[in-house]
Amino acid sequence: MTQAQRVAAEISVLVPTGMLGAGVKREHIRYGIANGAHAIAADSGSTDSGPSYLARGVSKMNRESIKRDLEVLMDEAFRARIPLLIGTCGTSGTDSGVDWTRDIAIEVAADLGIEPKIACLYSEQSPADLVLKNQQGKITPLPPLGPATDTLLESCEHIVALMGPEPYIAAVQAGADIVLGGRTTDTAVLAAIPLLLGAGAAPSWHAAKVAECGGQCTVNPRMGGVLMRVGKDSFDIEPLSLENQCSPQSVSAHMLYESSDPYRLTEPGGVLEVLNADYRALNDRVTRVTGSKWQPMPYTMKLEGARGGDFQTIMFIGIEDPQVLAHLNEFHDIMLRTLTERVEATFAGEASSFDLSLRLYGWNGTSGRPVPASTPPPRDVGIMLVVTAPTQDLANRMAKACNPYFFHMPLRPGIELPSYAFPFSPAEIPRGQVYEFLLNHVVHTRDGFELIRTEWTDLALAAHQKTEHV
Amino acid sequence: MSKLGEVCRHIRSKNAGPFWVTIDLFFADEQLFRRYRDAPALGPELFERLFGADPRLVRRLPVDDLQVVKISFPRAQPQGWRGERDMHAGQQYVRLLDVEIG
Repeated sequence: MTQAQRVAAEISVLVPTGMLGAGVKREHIRYGIANGAHAIAADSGSTDSGPSYLARGVSKMNRESIKRDLEVLMDEAFRARIPLLIGTCGTSGTDSGVDWTRDIAIEVAADLGIEPKIACLYSEQSPADLVLKNQQGKITPLPPLGPATDTLLESCEHIVALMGPEPYIAAVQAGADIVLGGRTTDTAVLAAIPLLLGAGAAPSWHAAKVAECGGQCTVNPRMGGVLMRVGKDSFDIEPLSLENQCSPQSVSAHMLYESSDPYRLTEPGGVLEVLNADYRALNDRVTRVTGSKWQPMPYTMKLEGARGGDFQTIMFIGIEDPQVLAHLNEFHDIMLRTLTERVEATFAGEASSFDLSLRLYGWNGTSGRPVPASTPPPRDVGIMLVVTAPTQDLANRMAKACNPYFFHMPLRPGIELPSYAFPFSPAEIPRGQVYEFLLNHVVHTRDGFELIRTEWTDLALAAHQKTEHV
Repeated sequence: MSKLGEVCRHIRSKNAGPFWVTIDLFFADEQLFRRYRDAPALGPELFERLFGADPRLVRRLPVDDLQVVKISFPRAQPQGWRGERDMHAGQQYVRLLDVEIG
């Protein structure tokens, strides 16, 4: 970075998307760079889609979509000589997610004919290390969970700690062109460069919070990402599309999104407070924000942990029979009792535990709550049976055992057996494992580096060494 | 007696992490916001009754500038448990629409 950039009054970060792999537009990236971006930063993960990705350590986004976005971002960032920072690689930010993304980046670099220096930041934790931390009293629960036990920590298949900005800052200072981080708070990866280049802490974190979902803070969230310009006491937020706007309303409303508290955000090493923040239109596209506060705190990192549990098999039928539809609550109860007795009788002694659930879509399938007595019958209902058992094989066999009753159970005994409408053959569908989030805790650390490992891949050096060996 | 769905222009629900749900009530205008921002009908007991939330942990945060009341509460079960019916909690707000707010 040049000296001129270091003393710039405002530090600009280009946030191309809320999620790497969701699609980026080259003209947007060029607009941000032409308007002084000091870095490109993006998040590549979330717990939003559920525990499966962390428990398995695999990405939700496919390889092709990550590669397509990296091609544009790496190309433009390398040409402009600005760093590219990616947080929470591979959806959950496990070590495997970082390695997976690094391998894609190496492939992209070869395709582009560039030789960037790549830093990988790993934040996955071994249960054994955390058990030790727990014994030292360094792990505390966040509500609604209670204290972590050794068993709880050891039963997680993957545990990640949410990184702060410090390892990103150190990697860029050490010359990284690309930083690929494991699990990181959405904000830290965006706040890193402003913090490094001397912007104010409060506006750096607040701008990062506003920009964390890319265009979500704009009037038209589908029109691409944003450019955040951070100064000493304020920040400006601007969409990358000339047709889009960041209004005081769209920017302040984003503080509500997916957060339990719109005014206080706990981050590694501090708390962002925006109760007295002021959001003002600078022009018809740009909003300026002042008045946020940053309160430094002892360093903590949030932990996320998940594991795989039981297995499920599902079956689905459609029913239009008016007699059944007129008595759906009763039908549900009789069917559940019948299927439960059937499974208990057939698998006595074999199954230590199982669960059957019937969900009546078109009636109360989404909520599972009682339906008021006066509700008129629907025209059609879809019933999903969910069988949960300790193995997939057992769940499959239990579903098969339920099949004739699920298919033919009459509303009243003694009437001719009906047949309901199966949409598939075979009727039972092995759905796979149930994954669970187990941790909602923080670990107290010495600083932002204690639990983080940094590894380097210098493609220029690798190419040089290859040449020497020839 | 008005229903919540009648005095808000928009109501939404979403997970706030795997262990919490957050609900945003966008009141239709300033007057309705002021009238209902502290309504007892939106107390912790409502969220215990409708969602099985621990009433001691229910948090209510009015956002005056946006005429929004945000209410956050712990999920009765974490996101993705075996009985999950609403992975992102995106439909949880619906049971609030008919709540009599006074």
